Amino acid sequence: MPERELTFAQAVREALAEEMRRDSRVCIFGEDVAEAGTPFKVLSGLVEEFGAERVVDTPISEAGFTGVGVGAAMTGLRPVVDIMFGDFLTLTMDQMVNQAAKAHYMSGGHWRVPMVMRTTLGATRRSAAQHSQSLHAWFSHVPGLKVVLPSTPHDAKGLLKTAIRDENPVIFFEDKMMYKLKGPVPAEDYTIPLGVADVKRKGDDITLVATSSMVQVALGAANMLEKEGISAEVVDPRTTWPLDEKTIIESAKKTSRVIVLDEGYGRYGVTAELAAVIAEGAFYDLDAPVKRMGAMHVPIPFSPPLEDVTVPTEQTVTEAVRQMCNK
Amino acid sequence: MTTATSKPEAGHGAAAENRWLRAYRQMVRIRLFEEQVNELYTRALMPGLAHLYSGQEAVAVGICEALHIDDYITSTHRGHGHCLAKGASPDRMFAELLGKEAGYCRGKGGSMHIADPATGNLGANAIVGGSVGIATGAAFAAKRLVNGRVAVCFFGEGALGQGSLYEVMNLAQLWKLPVIYVCENNLYNEYTHFSETTAGTILGRAAAFGLESALVDGQDVRAVNEVATRLVKRARAGDGPAFLQADTYRYSGHHVGDINREYYRSKQEEQLWKTERDPIKQHANWLLTQGHADAAALDRITSEARAEMEAAVKFAIAAPYPSVDQVEQDVYA
Repeated sequence: MPERELTFAQAVREALAEEMRRDSRVCIFGEDVAEAGTPFKVLSGLVEEFGAERVVDTPISEAGFTGVGVGAAMTGLRPVVDIMFGDFLTLTMDQMVNQAAKAHYMSGGHWRVPMVMRTTLGATRRSAAQHSQSLHAWFSHVPGLKVVLPSTPHDAKGLLKTAIRDENPVIFFEDKMMYKLKGPVPAEDYTIPLGVADVKRKGDDITLVATSSMVQVALGAANMLEKEGISAEVVDPRTTWPLDEKTIIESAKKTSRVIVLDEGYGRYGVTAELAAVIAEGAFYDLDAPVKRMGAMHVPIPFSPPLEDVTVPTEQTVTEAVRQMCNK
Repeated sequence: MTTATSKPEAGHGAAAENRWLRAYRQMVRIRLFEEQVNELYTRALMPGLAHLYSGQEAVAVGICEALHIDDYITSTHRGHGHCLAKGASPDRMFAELLGKEAGYCRGKGGSMHIADPATGNLGANAIVGGSVGIATGAAFAAKRLVNGRVAVCFFGEGALGQGSLYEVMNLAQLWKLPVIYVCENNLYNEYTHFSETTAGTILGRAAAFGLESALVDGQDVRAVNEVATRLVKRARAGDGPAFLQADTYRYSGHHVGDINREYYRSKQEEQLWKTERDPIKQHANWLLTQGHADAAALDRITSEARAEMEAAVKFAIAAPYPSVDQVEQDVYA
């Protein structure tokens, strides 16, 4: 029998539904999460099964309902807070950075914040500068938070279930462009641990360390390069914190060339951190400096020809690999 | 009317005597706790700064005496009074203020972050208005889990400038959550009179969301307790949130190091509040004139509280610091 396939959005929904059936403390807060099922329709059908008491439509008050999520998590619920666009995370920063991230440590370990914040990242939807950012690096910078970046429907289901069961605040970034991507997803209950990278493709000549939206770009580039006789390994960290440094460093040592790919801004970003990890862990095994590829350092523009050059593509990655491998 | 005895439960009206004497004791304990804090600061025994609650005792005590031990509170940078009034123990509080392992937060929180799950204290918060969401979330959980608890969100009038307060008041009213927002108006946003920062009226803000609201003299512990009891009762019954404005006064500066205050308020003003409107003196006079206690009984309460605070400070000074290897513990649960 062929493997069951789901879209990325269906996989997220299945993870939520399974966890809500398993644990009555799990509830969802957010704008248009109930009957509307979010603008991306990721949550369609959940309010019908679990009711408006557990799938709670909120006013457009990101700071307010994020704070409610933090307090509810501290006092016995397992909220999943929905922030429609990753750009709106700016409105939640005090609650996430000063409250959720620090409550456990500041209280000497007495209070816990078992909360998940689901949100989106990624450009190229022609949505301009305030609906296109990838701000996961900001949260990866803060002790007390965990940051998850699934890149396939399979990973999305398993990682989200783990995030919901985690005792800490976890931010779960979904690439908007990936919601319709299909892939095999087991129907049964399974979880994927946070902090375990996945080698999405084996290779010998170069390592592409890629996150979220960039994993598919890296895999596409690797397929093109294979025809040219370049064997690229694609490593997906899956979580930026905790970070599986070991798998990344081992791959870098094996291939001796590395490009890191992430849709956030490069400056002080995820690619900077990954490049530093590789430089510290594999420097003497490298044949070339680690190269970083991310969003251009500009607000994401609206005009299609402008927007399209701001993020790495299969073509730009392929070209960068050729240069690094002198081919 | 009976006079105070060593066995107040024996006489007629004993329950009332017990209750108001207890309120008196709680206020005195807070005042003397803060005196010790100031002493620790001036003797350079305390790392950092602290924000004293002296002058505002009737608010914390009047409200917390209307709560159950497992009801929730969130508190502020000026939070020692809320913490004690909710039932925390001064020895572990002082230990926290000195950064000792025996402290409520194992020394990692300090004065502005004391939290105590055993008394429902979700934590003091050093971001002005930072806990309004947490208190509202605790009320959401209480309603959803049907555990009968209420949440009290203490904040100063300075937090009226924070937009998230209005976001959660709106949510709480929409969802009929058992939360009470307590605005302690001590007149000063740090070093600025609140009239310079606050347009309109305070209760007008609550009215805009249709919240049950009340104004109370925050120097009158019985008045605070009476209105708090009413608001807690209706919240617990499922009748929704409320907003309480308690007018009060901060005797000291914004923090212990704020000594020269003439540029934002006069010494005459401070003196007037201390002599004419002190919550402890006013309540003592009432206890005496009503015959609930005699002067000796009140003196005894004061000396017991003083001895308790001195012993607590001694405990905290003698307590060890956390070992350095604890620095990375409890970042994650």
